Amino acid sequence: MNSGNGGMTLAEKILARASGLDHVASGQIIEGSVDLAMMHEQGAQTVAPFHQMGAEKVWDRDRVVIAIDHWVPASTEGAAVLHRILRKFATEVDLPHFYDVGNHGICHQILAEHGWVVPGDLAVGTDSHTNMLGAMGAVAAGIGPTEMAAVLALGRLWLKVPSTLRIRVKGHLGPGVVAKDLVLRALGEVKTTGATYKSVEWTGPTIERLSMPERFTICNMTTEMGAKCGLVAPDEKTFEYLRTIAKHPMHPVYADADATYERTIDIDVDGMPPMVACPYSPDNVRPLTDVVNEHIHVDQAFLGSCTNARIEDIREGAAILRGHKVHPGTRFIVSPASTSIYEQCLQEGLIELYTEAGAVFTNSSCSACFGGNMGIIAPDEVCASSSNRNFPGRMGPKEGRIYLMSPAATVAAAIRGEIADPREFA
Amino acid sequence: MKDLIEGRVWTLGRDMDTDQIISGKYLTIIDPQELKKHVLEIGLPEFAAGARPGDILIADENFGSGSSREHAPAALKAAGIGAIVADSFARIFYRNSINLGIPTIEARGVRALFEMGDTARIEMRAGRITNLRTNRSITFPPIPHHLLDLLEAGGLVEKVKVELAQRKAAAGTPRA
Repeated sequence: MNSGNGGMTLAEKILARASGLDHVASGQIIEGSVDLAMMHEQGAQTVAPFHQMGAEKVWDRDRVVIAIDHWVPASTEGAAVLHRILRKFATEVDLPHFYDVGNHGICHQILAEHGWVVPGDLAVGTDSHTNMLGAMGAVAAGIGPTEMAAVLALGRLWLKVPSTLRIRVKGHLGPGVVAKDLVLRALGEVKTTGATYKSVEWTGPTIERLSMPERFTICNMTTEMGAKCGLVAPDEKTFEYLRTIAKHPMHPVYADADATYERTIDIDVDGMPPMVACPYSPDNVRPLTDVVNEHIHVDQAFLGSCTNARIEDIREGAAILRGHKVHPGTRFIVSPASTSIYEQCLQEGLIELYTEAGAVFTNSSCSACFGGNMGIIAPDEVCASSSNRNFPGRMGPKEGRIYLMSPAATVAAAIRGEIADPREFA
Repeated sequence: MKDLIEGRVWTLGRDMDTDQIISGKYLTIIDPQELKKHVLEIGLPEFAAGARPGDILIADENFGSGSSREHAPAALKAAGIGAIVADSFARIFYRNSINLGIPTIEARGVRALFEMGDTARIEMRAGRITNLRTNRSITFPPIPHHLLDLLEAGGLVEKVKVELAQRKAAAGTPRA
């Protein structure tokens, strides 16, 4: 545990505010006031404990968001029941901010698009990739549904102040090399346990140049490092992104110059090739250029998930796909991260472009990413995916092999029918 | 919470993620009794049929990594697991497991101490775990007070229930 009154990291600053303390240090247990609580289908499991606790009302209805995303529209009776439980609960305890079928999207994207998380916030959600919202300069962490019941009742939760792993990035991403490649590269170094219980703070000139969507991608996958949260300090881009949509006042804070970092990793992205995470772990990362030489046949390509299915990602893929067809031996699924992105794709002619090339363009949902809805693969199949996990069984059978990569590389794989370098399509 | 926990051991490797504990296709099931039929289906297929109440899971590093699904510890609890001990845990699983009242203990080096089928004895407050077959033991750091409180209460639901009842009682007390 840090002692004394030394400088604080970005996460420490936010947690000090959330706990009403002037100073906190890593290792300290605090009670943090929650600025935003988000539930997806797993929130159905929040309802019973909420009632068992004897809770009658939610602490603040304007700080609770429900966004269903895993099975939209419901694909099984079980999923329909989860949705039903949530709708009933929302009516019962008066939760008006419900993003239901037709107005839906992946929960993290909904929070981002609608300005639900702002700089300085402490946000929690019943999904592990809640870390994505750290890109707003907030502490955003995943919790389970029982814990969410306590948050809904009390508006706070205990947290151990995390130590901070700083990832300092310099250099310029080359053509065809994107934020996903950067976070995969970092995962190769940090590994899946390297940031367990920790806060990951992205800093450096490369990070400052990243757009908000790119920052969402790199914060999103700090979950795969084991991190409690992953943050980028707010700047003009953050404020501009939120200017017209912020749901509550921003209270940006910044790391002190003399903050204590448990560890700092320096990454120079000059000359870095695209990266790919091979089965069966997101930290099994290799340069795409090496993997391409193995001519790995791809049965399914998936452009989707909270990590990479924003309009920028779909445009990035379209730039490669234009003038090509999906390989006859490959199925290609595209699932935008939200309904508004879907509409944007419609307006820009992107749905037409993808479907004419032979892809299936679905409505917004978590889709193939988690192996519980659509886009399941067979045991001996391979999927090239822009998503975030490639554990055994992630897309269904435990033998299924998933390669994680950028949206552009996913499209390149769909065209070639094997893992391919998107830069060859420039 | 019992101070002394004894049980038959199931061992597991490292990075036993939540997809391997309860895979995505079962996430619409919320009845723990149903879920337990599929627990560890990918990670340790013989477990669901063979588990007995009071059994103890001993895992290597990063147990429960991946998703926030509470289905994973809920299914293990329904299977009657007496404790989960690992070299290290992923953070959401750790919180979820403690919130459900499962003794969840981080003990560096524990996996190497046990083989499948051994008997483990855990002394919660003393912070010691012993293999009763080999008589070898290791110590683990004391479980923090706020977590012991949670386990003593029987989990988060019980703890918040008491807090809300007290709050209600205080609000209902007329001022003197």
